Amino acid sequence: MTKKFGYSILRDESIDFDRNDKRISAYLHAHEPSINLCIGCGSCTATCSTGHFVDFNIRRLHTLIRRGETREIKKEIRKCMFCGKCQLVCPRGVNLRNVILTLNRAIEQLG
Amino acid sequence: MINFNLFVLPFFLGLIYVVIAIGKSWYNWIKALPPVDKVRFTAGIRNPRQVFSAIKEVFLEALIHRRMWRQNPLLGYMHMSFALGWFLLIVFGNIESRYYSGTHLNAPYYPIFLKFFIHDKLVIFFEVYSVPGIFRFLMDSLLLFVLSGLVLAVIKRQKSKWFGMKRTTEFQLTDFISLTCLWLIFPVRLFAESFTAGYYGSGGGFMTQPLGNFLAWIMPFSLDFVAYALWWVYSLVLGIFFITLPYSRYMHIPTEVLLIFFRHFGIQPRIWYSSISDVEVHSCSRCGVCIDVCQMNDAGIRDSQAVYFIRGVRDKYVPEEISRKCLVCGRCQEVCPVGIRIDSLHLIKRRELVSGQAHDFSFLPGIKEILHQGHPTLTGYHPNQDDGVEVVYFAGCMSHLTPSVIRAMKGIMSAAGISFVQLDEDHSVCCGRPLMIAGKDRQAHDLIEYNKKLIRLTRARTLVTSCPICYRVFREEYNLPIRIMHHTQFILDLVKTGKIPLQGFFKRVAYHDPCDLGRGSRVYDAPRELIGKIADLVPVRQETNNAMCCGGSLGIFEASQKQRNDMTARALDNLLEGQPDTIATACPLCKKTFETQSPVEVKDIAELVYLALPKPAYSSVSVQSRQAISYADESTSA
Repeated sequence: MTKKFGYSILRDESIDFDRNDKRISAYLHAHEPSINLCIGCGSCTATCSTGHFVDFNIRRLHTLIRRGETREIKKEIRKCMFCGKCQLVCPRGVNLRNVILTLNRAIEQLG
Repeated sequence: MINFNLFVLPFFLGLIYVVIAIGKSWYNWIKALPPVDKVRFTAGIRNPRQVFSAIKEVFLEALIHRRMWRQNPLLGYMHMSFALGWFLLIVFGNIESRYYSGTHLNAPYYPIFLKFFIHDKLVIFFEVYSVPGIFRFLMDSLLLFVLSGLVLAVIKRQKSKWFGMKRTTEFQLTDFISLTCLWLIFPVRLFAESFTAGYYGSGGGFMTQPLGNFLAWIMPFSLDFVAYALWWVYSLVLGIFFITLPYSRYMHIPTEVLLIFFRHFGIQPRIWYSSISDVEVHSCSRCGVCIDVCQMNDAGIRDSQAVYFIRGVRDKYVPEEISRKCLVCGRCQEVCPVGIRIDSLHLIKRRELVSGQAHDFSFLPGIKEILHQGHPTLTGYHPNQDDGVEVVYFAGCMSHLTPSVIRAMKGIMSAAGISFVQLDEDHSVCCGRPLMIAGKDRQAHDLIEYNKKLIRLTRARTLVTSCPICYRVFREEYNLPIRIMHHTQFILDLVKTGKIPLQGFFKRVAYHDPCDLGRGSRVYDAPRELIGKIADLVPVRQETNNAMCCGGSLGIFEASQKQRNDMTARALDNLLEGQPDTIATACPLCKKTFETQSPVEVKDIAELVYLALPKPAYSSVSVQSRQAISYADESTSA
């Protein structure tokens, strides 16, 4: 009805933390626990080779993982060129290349 | 039949079994070869020269164990005594039995148990001037030869440190059974022959006859029964050894022969798990030489060394972590006496793991956009120059984290008056090697094609890179029609052609070989020669093809930062032994890794050369770069 008057209904973008999909996050924490060390400083994002070309953001990826936004994760993770600079600059020693590999595996196994 | 006794059966059945099993494996391997390799195989087998050189290598490697000798003479002797000694025992045993039987056709068990059937009273035990006497002398010497190796093997199992090995391979059950049988074969043979010789008072050689006589003298009962029992045991251990052989590490004996033939026919491992990879895997003797050189020991990782990985592949079960837990530094490959290409095997397994994973590099600006919009990656490229630039410089992703290296390289090239363009001035596109090392070849292929186009666009005749990882993949995967050089080679060229004069300084410099430049690309001399021109090169204990990995390897995925740091610390200890003032390396990743822990400054060779440029050339470089270098200098030495 509202559409007739030029209005549209926005998609509900609220995230229900009680119901979201935490499987990927759990898988990642089990297989690459070093992700827990992340302090969210953003060094990885600043140095990212892919990040120079396109809006690819490992810190954001981490947020997506915690929120359980599987579809977004799937889309984002394909962009990684795997060069490993992020891991070298990480002040906390997060094993970032393995984080990406583990995520790939998690997506493969958990869909 | 006179020369038959029931006890030959275990040996005889075992022999039949093992011949069939090996034949079947060989047949399957040859049958499963990729079509091109099959053609190579049939062509090779018809080429007498190739066959001859293969046979020669089989003799040198499978029997004499030449490569083992070079690494560790004691181990070399041990393996040779078993292989060559046993082989010659079989050969001379057969000839000797022909002498006695007088025919060309013998039952296959006859030579093995000859001393049970023949008691030549005409020959005395120290006789060496008659044909049977010579044989008896030879057979006893060979048995002694094998037994000396056996003593070494027993000692090695208990005290591997005496052999310069900190660790030996941990065994599976089949290996244990096979090993026990193998070890029993020769002492049992010695005693069986001695007891028989003692009982009959003749028929033994210089070792078995006196031993037999002695036993006959001290034993209160007749030796007949004991000798007979021992012949049974001898036959049984041989039989069990043969039956377990195809399932144990001793399968390497027949397989290595096939592997050597494959190699001589030019059959190389594929990027997928082909029949040749399977042959390599079965050729692993689990000697454990690869265990000690593995730097993962320093990080407390003990389950993923090459020998265990290969065993996992052979048993068709490799846990995912194990295939990803490897520095891919190639040290084990250098020492492997069989020459198994362990790194490529690792990558094969990794490829299998990641197959089917999607990727999306559509964000990379296409080649058309680069041309029409003047993409920042091509600043410094002037289209009015018909020939393009002389050099296209690809710093590499990692070099972007060590900007002083890039600055130094630009300074050197400017000083030498070389026109260049830096391909990854602003945006660096990965060379693809990090993806390949994770098994993601398909993804890497996209990047490779992309970079190839960019490189062609510059029309440069030489590609120079600062990163050995890039250098290796440029050489191996890119198929570029231009010269590809690592910056150490390039700078050395400049120095040799007199394009840049150098002023040395009094510094003791230890050089660290990066894995992909050294073992990966066999560039050992250029960096050393270059350092030698400007500073004192301090020798390092483990260098060139035995150099250690810095610990920052992109190859290992399952190592924590702590484990990496432990490996780095050990690699640093090795470099600091000669008390250098500076550690020089030629890889941004090594530099970055060492810098965090090194008590002395870590410099790339390009930086050292840049500092060694004489004043006028030095000052002709822009002031900004010069300050940046001296600033970097202070920060590292502080």
